[in-house]
Amino acid sequence: MSSTGQPTISEYRRREQSITLAPLDQQLDGEDGASTQELLTLNFGPHHPATHGVLRLLVTLQGEIVRDIKPIIGYVHTGIEKTAEDKAYWKVIPVIERMDYLSYYFNAMAYCGAVETLLEVEVPKRAQYLRVIHLELNRIMSHLVWLGTSALDLGAISMFWYCFREREKILDLFEMSSGARMHTRYFQVGGVIEDIPRGFAEKLSGFLKEMPSRVDQYRDMLNGNEIVLQRLRGTCPLDADTLLSLGVTGPLLRAAGNPWDLRKADPYCSYEDFRFKIPVGSAGDNYDRFACRVAEMYESVKIVEQALEGLPEGPHITEDRKVALPPRHELATSMEALIHHFKLVTEGMRVPPGEVYFPIESPRGELGCFVRSDGSSKPARVHMRDPSFVNLQATAPMTNGAYIADLIATLAMLDPILGGIDR
Amino acid sequence: MPDATGLELIAQELRDAEGEDTVVETVFFRGRAKLAIEPAHIRAALAHLRGKGYAFLASVHGVDYYPHEPRLGVQYELLDMSRVDRITVTLRVPCDAPDVDSVTPDGADGAGWPTANHQEREVFDMFGVVFHGHPDLRRILMPEDYEGHPQRRDFPIGGEPVIFTYNETEMLGASE
Repeated sequence: MSSTGQPTISEYRRREQSITLAPLDQQLDGEDGASTQELLTLNFGPHHPATHGVLRLLVTLQGEIVRDIKPIIGYVHTGIEKTAEDKAYWKVIPVIERMDYLSYYFNAMAYCGAVETLLEVEVPKRAQYLRVIHLELNRIMSHLVWLGTSALDLGAISMFWYCFREREKILDLFEMSSGARMHTRYFQVGGVIEDIPRGFAEKLSGFLKEMPSRVDQYRDMLNGNEIVLQRLRGTCPLDADTLLSLGVTGPLLRAAGNPWDLRKADPYCSYEDFRFKIPVGSAGDNYDRFACRVAEMYESVKIVEQALEGLPEGPHITEDRKVALPPRHELATSMEALIHHFKLVTEGMRVPPGEVYFPIESPRGELGCFVRSDGSSKPARVHMRDPSFVNLQATAPMTNGAYIADLIATLAMLDPILGGIDR
Repeated sequence: MPDATGLELIAQELRDAEGEDTVVETVFFRGRAKLAIEPAHIRAALAHLRGKGYAFLASVHGVDYYPHEPRLGVQYELLDMSRVDRITVTLRVPCDAPDVDSVTPDGADGAGWPTANHQEREVFDMFGVVFHGHPDLRRILMPEDYEGHPQRRDFPIGGEPVIFTYNETEMLGASE
């Protein structure tokens, strides 16, 4: 209460009360009566279903034509990189996974890869294959969510339910191997936390048999739909050179004809063992972006099939006791195992000082993790080069001069994940 | 990656082209090549490496080396897509003069790297490194009116009060 007896209100509430809803005394038509000549700045988002998260765009329109776009981000910034600096190396994995929430295995892979490089730890072959199985399942899952929500943006509502049906099956598999459906913490520094349980391989091969026919159906449903084709074909193309100068990677770059894929170009995690193709587009328009991602799902199925077929025997995590926990049964008999267990769980592993950048191919492009160690058991800096964050810069050049409806389609085909952008 | 010898060759070429003081240090660590350069030469160094084939700027990271001086670091990850070769260019600036030339815009000394736009804004936002010549140097992830640079090592973690309706008058200030 203030001295006058009135309740005190904050500066914010006062400003809020000053907003009037009276109609504006403003002529929408230009002087010559051509309203299309006037530039209109429109706020788009952050709470708009077509922005796939909390992306806000300041759009300058001339009639229905987009003249400029300014993305405004940071609405889901949660300071994950700062949080990571205050945690032991292995405790960083759960928070890192929550950055790009559709490709959690990839976040964990980039981070673990960077820490393993610093530690010079050899990851067992079986762990690498198990990682590839989960990475590629995750890629299919991420593309399914993209396909469902993008089709929703284009008005094809039923696609959403179909895609989420298959996604559920993948999440069931994740639940089977790790106990969690999302943010599984399955990848650990040096390998994976557990071997796959009994019955996982059968369930997975059942899924792999079914999945290509499902993708066939989805592709045919959209490819045979005149409305979808008209919305996608020839809209908002961008050539490969411009994309490269903007740092764009992943399916967006491949749609423009550049077959850059880190799985092939610079194989990590045993990707050199598998035979797969890289789908490439030609025109670089929204249709090619759509077609590339759909074709990638077939290739991911092939990779998982080969990895499951050739899954080598052996340990699922490194036997270096300074990095990975000793097996449970050793704790009862070995004093040394007990000490290692205690040290790892309380303090965590100490990582030699140095800086490493570890890039991998996520569903959206180059996902790089930069880790700096100062020799202690907590990372001194963790930075994610998130592909969505960089790819977002291509929105403005892509949509310049396009209709606002094409802007929606382009945003859908860009596939930005705001959790990854804002981190 | 260029091997240790290749890295020395690149460093020597850069010294010959841009002056003896350009390269501060070469580091070859875990099979990765890193070139530490003087902040004043960053645009020239990146342009030189672009001529050598490293035409893709993959990432820009900010680092705080607290308590070592100069504290702030900026790292540029360059990639040669035809030879599949990476090199890191890094520079260090002190906290009281965190001035670096932006590599985003085109300039008299060569073409820019438009991809650095968002990433330099992030480094500015999180570490307070000022990129001169950047077309739109504003905060990107933190709110516009935020004070401080949260990724610096001496910035406290979790020390930020949260505004609710019950404490909004004391936090935002009351008005009649």
